[in-house]
Amino acid sequence: MEGGRAFFPSFILPPKIALGQYLVRRVLTIIPTLIAISFVIFAVLDLAPGDPTSALPETIRPEVRQQIRKAMGLDEPFPVKYGLWLRQFFVNEPLSLIEKAFDIQIGDGEKRLRVTSWGSRGVPVMDMIVERMPQTLWVVGLAYLVAIAIAVPVGVVSAIRQYSIFDQVGTFLSLIGYSIPTFFTGLLMILLFSVKLKWFPMIYDTNLQIVDWNSFVQQLRQSAMPVAVLGFFQAATLARFTRSSMLDNIPMDYVRTATAKGFRERYVVIRHILRNSLIPVVTLIALGIPAIFSGAIITEQIFRVNGLGALLIGAIQLNDIPLVQTVTFIFAFLIVVFNLVADVIYGILDPRIRYS
Amino acid sequence: MMGRHISSLRVIAILLAMAFLLAACPAAAPTGGADMAADEEMAEEEAMEEEGKVLTILYWQAASLPGPYLSGGTKDQDAGAITLEPLANYDPNGTIVPRLAVEIPSIENGGVSDDLMSITWTLKEGLLWSDGSDVTADDVVFTWQYCSDEATGCTASEAFLGIESVEALDDNTVKITFDSPTPYPYNAFVGANTPIISSVQFADCVGAAAQTCNEENTAPLGTGPYRIIDFKVNDVAVYERNPYYHGEPAYFDTVVFKGGGDAASAARAVLETGEADYAWNLQVEPDILRDMEAAGLGKVVSAFAGYVERVLINQTNPHSELGDDRSEYMDGDNPHPFLTFPPIPQAMSMAIDRTLISDQLYGFAGQPTCNVIPAPLHYVSDSNDACLTQDIDGANALLDENDVLDTDGDGIREYNGVPLKISYQTSTNSVRQKTQALLRQWWLQIGIETELINHDASVFFGGDPNSPDTYQKFYTDLQMYTTGPTIDPQQHLSNWICEQIPMRENSWGGGNISRGCNAEYDALFEQLTQTPVGPEREALVKQLNDINVQNNYQIPLVYRGEVSAHLDTLQGVWINGWDSQMWNVGDWHR
Repeated sequence: MEGGRAFFPSFILPPKIALGQYLVRRVLTIIPTLIAISFVIFAVLDLAPGDPTSALPETIRPEVRQQIRKAMGLDEPFPVKYGLWLRQFFVNEPLSLIEKAFDIQIGDGEKRLRVTSWGSRGVPVMDMIVERMPQTLWVVGLAYLVAIAIAVPVGVVSAIRQYSIFDQVGTFLSLIGYSIPTFFTGLLMILLFSVKLKWFPMIYDTNLQIVDWNSFVQQLRQSAMPVAVLGFFQAATLARFTRSSMLDNIPMDYVRTATAKGFRERYVVIRHILRNSLIPVVTLIALGIPAIFSGAIITEQIFRVNGLGALLIGAIQLNDIPLVQTVTFIFAFLIVVFNLVADVIYGILDPRIRYS
Repeated sequence: MMGRHISSLRVIAILLAMAFLLAACPAAAPTGGADMAADEEMAEEEAMEEEGKVLTILYWQAASLPGPYLSGGTKDQDAGAITLEPLANYDPNGTIVPRLAVEIPSIENGGVSDDLMSITWTLKEGLLWSDGSDVTADDVVFTWQYCSDEATGCTASEAFLGIESVEALDDNTVKITFDSPTPYPYNAFVGANTPIISSVQFADCVGAAAQTCNEENTAPLGTGPYRIIDFKVNDVAVYERNPYYHGEPAYFDTVVFKGGGDAASAARAVLETGEADYAWNLQVEPDILRDMEAAGLGKVVSAFAGYVERVLINQTNPHSELGDDRSEYMDGDNPHPFLTFPPIPQAMSMAIDRTLISDQLYGFAGQPTCNVIPAPLHYVSDSNDACLTQDIDGANALLDENDVLDTDGDGIREYNGVPLKISYQTSTNSVRQKTQALLRQWWLQIGIETELINHDASVFFGGDPNSPDTYQKFYTDLQMYTTGPTIDPQQHLSNWICEQIPMRENSWGGGNISRGCNAEYDALFEQLTQTPVGPEREALVKQLNDINVQNNYQIPLVYRGEVSAHLDTLQGVWINGWDSQMWNVGDWHR
């Protein structure tokens, strides 16, 4: 952090206490925000037309459908259902999690009602989410890392060498990247790499255990296409953003001063321009992290990666309200939290920002 | 100086990008490509030997739970059918074949009582659950109790309707008693929708408790060729060979039942890449499927049950000026102004080229048909087959003969001064819209003008009593959709009796959507409900079918099936429209 010091002279460093106070205040406002969000999600889902029994065969009689709805607890009035969900989600689920984590018993764990799915009756929603998390983090997270690793250097070089061939090609590819939808690139890759060349499998095997080098290679092979599709899409946006951010900083006076002082170009680019240009980019990246958890609905569907996105879309199709409710709420939670994280990072990176 | 620095930066960037490409696609590595590919193939073969013989089944809808009792989808039923077994199955011809039972009870062998009030099944000797415990008649009794408990919310409870009691006479004998004479007593415990579950395992899961039985619901004990070892909800189920199976031990060591994705890519995974052995329900454009099959890895197979895509002809007047009385039967006082005049719908039926619709739009999944009861074979009437040939000239002649003529020269005929302009609705679906367009064109050639309407399926089939666009309200002259009989057509035929006509009074709840009322039909149907399985019953079904078709209540178009695909190397597949497609998975081998 020696270099960092140079950037944050002590006289403009925000007092530490301010950051602490700021955090406490933000965290306290998060709680009512989340409760309001949970209410809105619940109300919207409850009021929306749709019926979990509508996916059942048409031969099932209305009386039977009514029984099934009753068995799911669908005929309770709205406040009761909402209260029950709040209790299950905020009390019962954490308790079950603690029990599982520490292998202890708190009260009568058997009788405690957990949020269970309607589509797969009896299966706790949280178990389903936990089961899906690793695939999403691996595929979408890896794609995000690949995107960052490609986008930042490309954006930097494009900006320094504006209108060069590299920049033109980069601009062209970025344009393609964010204007072609992932379902199309995905299909294209399957046709090319699975059907024609037979390099990669088109079905993602969730049961693959990584035990040795071969299974690791297998895992890389089956992730290659979804990661490439998603990475390309995200890299396109990020590269454009990095480039324009760099271009904003290049004509700045401090750059001219540094160059005039006789620093080498690489030093100026990396130590001065890039550092300042990355501030908005880092914020953008932090704000994009919740999207990693929410998965990539279309890409997961195409490659049969059973991630959270696929879970959500399946639940919506089946009108599995408890599952949709819980998953959307978790996404909302992540978005709120990473907004806070982005604000904090922004303040740390850019001393001109003051918490108020 | 500067240029060198930039170029080195560029080199770093390119190297980085390449490094990631290499990491992400090791097989694409240009270094020593052939050697590496060979190594990998070797490694794969070794892995195969370690894993043993694996059967990969691909369903583009993932299973929510294995078994039909808590989740009503075909995917769930089929995931269950790999391990759960009923007393008997239907084979693809619709014949009942014993599974856990020794033989099929009938009046002849004394298994069905003469008064049609009870049926007695005998279980095979020495049946075991997949954990080694005994299967007894109590398990059958329990299955009935489990599914007919209202609080369970059982999705298969339909099959147990009309059963008064199920009792175990001894360890291997079960007697089912009905609350009224039941000519077709095979609804319960026959077919993949009512398999037997373990009374020990599910003892605490009856009624409301069914919602909390996570482990039991996702890993039921079975008696079938394979048993569940892992079930990931809405994703994949893994089975292994069941050592306690009562038949020949199954061929595969492991069965993987993978779900998700879409139909086209499922077809591709079998027919073009060979990654999966079997793919289910391939709702893909026929041409695309034919191209994929041409790749030579596997073949496309079709299963037919009883589903018929048909045009329903409104027997009542749907004119919008009638307000609330639109499409109301009103004891026959509100007949349709011209569609109840037989030559008109008859000519419309003659003008249709069913073979063209079936070949071009349905492909592997369709056959032209002239009957509303298209199967099983012994119930199929052959007196309507003339409709299979399109006859536009004949249709025009028929209308001319009956004085339905175009008097004002606008190209549209009139009947009693009313121009033959009809509205024709269906659900939004590309195949249905193409069918509509073809029909409109043919009907225009016989002087009938058609307005085409389509509604989103969730609205059209949604049954919302406040929506004017549901198929039950039928506020148009014609509409089109698919329904079909189960293996015994009685339930299906019961839809078309007079008292089933949907109207305001019953909140549009009946099944007689065409609103046709025919005394002869009602009398014959009454007779059917008292006639046991046999030639007499077959003759009655054919008569009922003919009355419905020949009175022009419905115009059958296409007998619809389900299309699946399997690798050429996979032997023993006998695709079944009447039962689960997995019904004989124990016989599959390479």
